[in-house]
Amino acid sequence: MQCAQIQINHHYVGLWTGHDFHPQFPSFATCSKTELIDLSTVDVILISNYHCMMALPYITEHTGFTGTVYATEPTVQIGRLLMEELVNFIERVPKAQSASLWKNKDIQRLLPSPLKDAVEVSTWRRCYTMQEVNSALSKIQLVGYSQKIELFGAVQVTPLSSGYALGSSNWIIQSHYEKVSYVSGSSLLTTHPQPMDQASLKNSDVLVLTGLTQIPTANPDGMVGEFCSNLALTVRNGGNVLVPCYPSGVIYDLLECLYQYIDSAGLSNIPFYFISPVANSSLEFSQIFAEWLCHNKQTKVYLPEPPFPHAELIQTNKLRHYPSIHGDFSNDFRQPCVVFTGHPSLRFGDVVHFMELWGKSSLNTVIFTEPDFSYLEALAPYQPLAMKCIYCPIDTRLNFIQVSKLLKEVQPLHVVCPEQYTQPPPAQSHRMDLMIDCQPPAMSYRRAEVLALPFKRLFEKIEIMPELADSLVPMEIKPGISLATVSAVLHTKDNKHVLQPPPRPAPPTSGKKRKRASEDIPDCKVLKPLLSGSIPVEQFVQTLEKHGFSDVKVEDTAKGHIVLLQEAETLIQIEEDSTHIICDNDEMLRVRLRDLVLKFLQKF
Amino acid sequence: MPEIRVTPLGAGQDVGRSCILVSIGGKNVMLDCGMHMGFNDDRRFPDFSYITRNGRLTDFLDCVIISHFHLDHCGALPYFSEMVGYDGPIYMTHPTQAICPILLEDYRKIAVDKKGEANFFTSQMIKDCMKKVVAVHLHQTVQVDDELEIKAYYAGHVLGAAMFQIKVGSESVVYTGDYNMTPDRHLGAAWIDKCRPNLLITESTYATTIRDSKRCRERDFLKKVHETVERGGKVLIPVFALGRAQELCILLETFWERVNLKAPIYFSTGLTEKANHYYKLFITWTNQKIRKTFVQRNMFEFKHIKAFDRAFADNPGPMVVFATPGMLHAGQSLQIFRKWAGNEKNMVIMPGYCVQGTVGHKILSGQRKLEMEGRQVLEVKMQVEYMSFSAHADAKGIMQLVGQAEPESVLLVHGEAKKMEFLKQKIEQEFRLLPSAKKPRLLHGTLIMKDSSFQLVSSEQALKELGLAEHQLRFTCRVHLHDSRKEQETAARVYSHLKSVLKDHCVQHLPDGSVTVESILIQAAAHSEDPGTKVLLVSWTYQDEELGSYLTSLLKKGLPQAPS
Repeated sequence: MQCAQIQINHHYVGLWTGHDFHPQFPSFATCSKTELIDLSTVDVILISNYHCMMALPYITEHTGFTGTVYATEPTVQIGRLLMEELVNFIERVPKAQSASLWKNKDIQRLLPSPLKDAVEVSTWRRCYTMQEVNSALSKIQLVGYSQKIELFGAVQVTPLSSGYALGSSNWIIQSHYEKVSYVSGSSLLTTHPQPMDQASLKNSDVLVLTGLTQIPTANPDGMVGEFCSNLALTVRNGGNVLVPCYPSGVIYDLLECLYQYIDSAGLSNIPFYFISPVANSSLEFSQIFAEWLCHNKQTKVYLPEPPFPHAELIQTNKLRHYPSIHGDFSNDFRQPCVVFTGHPSLRFGDVVHFMELWGKSSLNTVIFTEPDFSYLEALAPYQPLAMKCIYCPIDTRLNFIQVSKLLKEVQPLHVVCPEQYTQPPPAQSHRMDLMIDCQPPAMSYRRAEVLALPFKRLFEKIEIMPELADSLVPMEIKPGISLATVSAVLHTKDNKHVLQPPPRPAPPTSGKKRKRASEDIPDCKVLKPLLSGSIPVEQFVQTLEKHGFSDVKVEDTAKGHIVLLQEAETLIQIEEDSTHIICDNDEMLRVRLRDLVLKFLQKF
Repeated sequence: MPEIRVTPLGAGQDVGRSCILVSIGGKNVMLDCGMHMGFNDDRRFPDFSYITRNGRLTDFLDCVIISHFHLDHCGALPYFSEMVGYDGPIYMTHPTQAICPILLEDYRKIAVDKKGEANFFTSQMIKDCMKKVVAVHLHQTVQVDDELEIKAYYAGHVLGAAMFQIKVGSESVVYTGDYNMTPDRHLGAAWIDKCRPNLLITESTYATTIRDSKRCRERDFLKKVHETVERGGKVLIPVFALGRAQELCILLETFWERVNLKAPIYFSTGLTEKANHYYKLFITWTNQKIRKTFVQRNMFEFKHIKAFDRAFADNPGPMVVFATPGMLHAGQSLQIFRKWAGNEKNMVIMPGYCVQGTVGHKILSGQRKLEMEGRQVLEVKMQVEYMSFSAHADAKGIMQLVGQAEPESVLLVHGEAKKMEFLKQKIEQEFRLLPSAKKPRLLHGTLIMKDSSFQLVSSEQALKELGLAEHQLRFTCRVHLHDSRKEQETAARVYSHLKSVLKDHCVQHLPDGSVTVESILIQAAAHSEDPGTKVLLVSWTYQDEELGSYLTSLLKKGLPQAPS
């Protein structure tokens, strides 16, 4: 069985949608091109959070993948919304032709960065369709936190809350004696999701660590404060605020902050618009996943009240949501206002419209909160810009201080992480604190590299039936260590092993039937235990004499002794770790001698 | 076999006050803690003295599990935890945790405020009791302690209803609580994986019924309601505030919309709006269809169904009223029933099971003269209809669940003895054969016991790990044969003889002239004195003792005459 874990990352590359190119997406699995992995042999895909499944349709629909995908319910529902928004944005700007000549290496070389540095552009693909999304999502099996999922009885996987987003998970992959933890996109801050489950990560043989913060130097709390004050300042001066964002995630926290901030900042009359094809769904869905939320929000549901205050913002008409800028929105639109809309790359979606609408006035402000994109690159096509740009990246994922705290807490035997986490960021090479520091040093991996994890499976769990356990005779070999020989029948079903007492020898058939010779042939499978110890010659000779052997003679040899029983023409060679009885075919005698020898030895 | 002990403290062979004690692998778990609606005395609660006569509840029980919020499954909880005294964990799902205290408070109010009962649990006790609750997610494996784990499965009986798997080591029990195997208008079907418990404890309320299709029952229900309303009668539907009520509301709402009826529909308690709010917030626990469409249209926001006021009961003209509680044993439903019972134009529809002793049970069993408080006799002229909408599995559903879980044994509870007997036979007929494991193999090894760790290794490995050397014990027997041929020929004869006798063994003739049977070596040598005799040296180790001994006695009998 092969059990692969694939983290799917999506990277949008700076393509200017409005003009020449149809947006395309780098192949997620360049590795399949280099034949590192045949996706049709993958049994299981574990999804960490809704940002990590954006390329799922590429795998489930076109690679021959037939395995199972596991994810939590919020991950699937919100992941669907993110994909739906993406598909919707892309389909709004249909292109009759898709440019491909630029992919020629000689032309690509001449293009501006980051295009000229992009790798394997020939494998880039067009965006999937909603049909493919639905088909991909139908292959997902829903799981709950701390659910133990048996994979073929061979290993068990368990999702744990990772504290980063609604339904986001870390995964434990374990057998009875080995444990690998996969920690991806985790947060120790208190925001809306259920807190990270750290305790269950303890005793890992290997901890794979990825999805750390993109902005290790920014403090999310400070950024939220800055976000609010900049927003208030702009609006008070009569300007508009544009917040490019994803339709789920940090936006819930921002709305909650604003909910508390609006009245004190005198913004009660400023309309907040949330524009996305999935805005309504996202706001509604956030309210029904109480079981996946932090404790405070969970208890609200018991009252019963909606867990997020944006319900009240909507009720009081302070927050309005629209599927797009067309239709109702154009009638309701009032300025100054605050607009939350996507896509945060500024390359497609309604945000493009607002950038062009508000870009020329210095009264307006665009506030970047999503950490996935460089804001300078995002803005490049819109330059020159008069509007103010504020960069408040809010990334709640683990920073390096939190990582070292976490590792101290859970103490894995080995840490495995991407190479870039084992050295300071290239732009800040003096910041030795911006890297993972642990003992033993983390093992790192690179793109398209195969890494062997440092453990071997040696043992399986086996169950001993009480009847068999009763029949065992332990003997203490050393203080505190006992041994018992076990002869039993091994039953294996679904990779579960059970030891049962061996079948009793069949009762002798009553004399009526003539015994056939073959029935007497002993079953060679009935094994005898191993022997250990050595035979003290003098005592052995004494014992022989006690048992009526009168003519015992002992000769010394290089390695031990030979005991001779002259009358019986029998010879017993005794050495440190072997005894050899050579005799005539006298079964009675042989058995007597055998039993005398066995008295001096231990059986295993 | 592992020992699992089950002691029903209630609802063994009846319905009401479900409470089952399970002892498994040295752990004691109490499943549900319900009350009986038909009694107003001590019999209303399970008999906890079974436990307390030997000590405190908290010392004895490792945990308590509540399957769903119906009072016959959780109604005794505050009495149990606050009045008898239990401080350990109580497990239930999130919706159950949210709704349970409301129903308990409702029940308390009826008992204390309306009936004036003393020595009942207080509101504060309900709150204190709920503080001991630990909420569980569906399919989450909850580690109660190092050895005891529990896991919830979807049961589809009411919002948040769950079946529980209780597991200690390799022993496990599944307790179904109440469940439903057919999805309805607002809930999904119960589901469990092939967890192969040692014991499945299943409810059997409808053990002998194979219910007709849901659609037929719905059509019947709507037809009866419609006819009554058409002729100007009033329809009373006693329900519990949460559960069946929502399903029937959805049903009537869509019907009123479609047929364009004008008669008012009321829902009695103030709980409705709150109840519907719970359904909205816990929409992930409802069925696929509702979950899929809730963003566009919330099924629990009703246009035609309005809040009921006591004064409305005397209004002239037709109406439909949903009133609590569901078994007509107290409260508003009983009040309305008394008002309307005398008019044959009216109708009461009982949509669920009624336990013995309740007014609901009496009228369903045909009683038409009821003795009320104060020796009043109430004559029932209104039509009484029973429609089984309560979401229990029927016989087919129970068999289906048994098939899904593949238990070693099945225990039927929460039903009537006679019906159980019938179902018992059916289960025994159908599930006698379980698929067998792969061909078992004989295994030999050594169990190393060190402190509390046990390792089963090969004997060689065990010796090595303990730093001991193996002592080899070998036997060589001389067998004399009368054979004047050459040694090589003797060996060849021995080979062909053994080959023909020992068909299941590996017999080989090696190039150096010796013969092996498995690892036993046989060599032929000339006799030093008698040329007509050959000596066979048969050599084996102690591990081959049986076979070696057998071979020597076999060879001693001589070889068969060589074929000429």
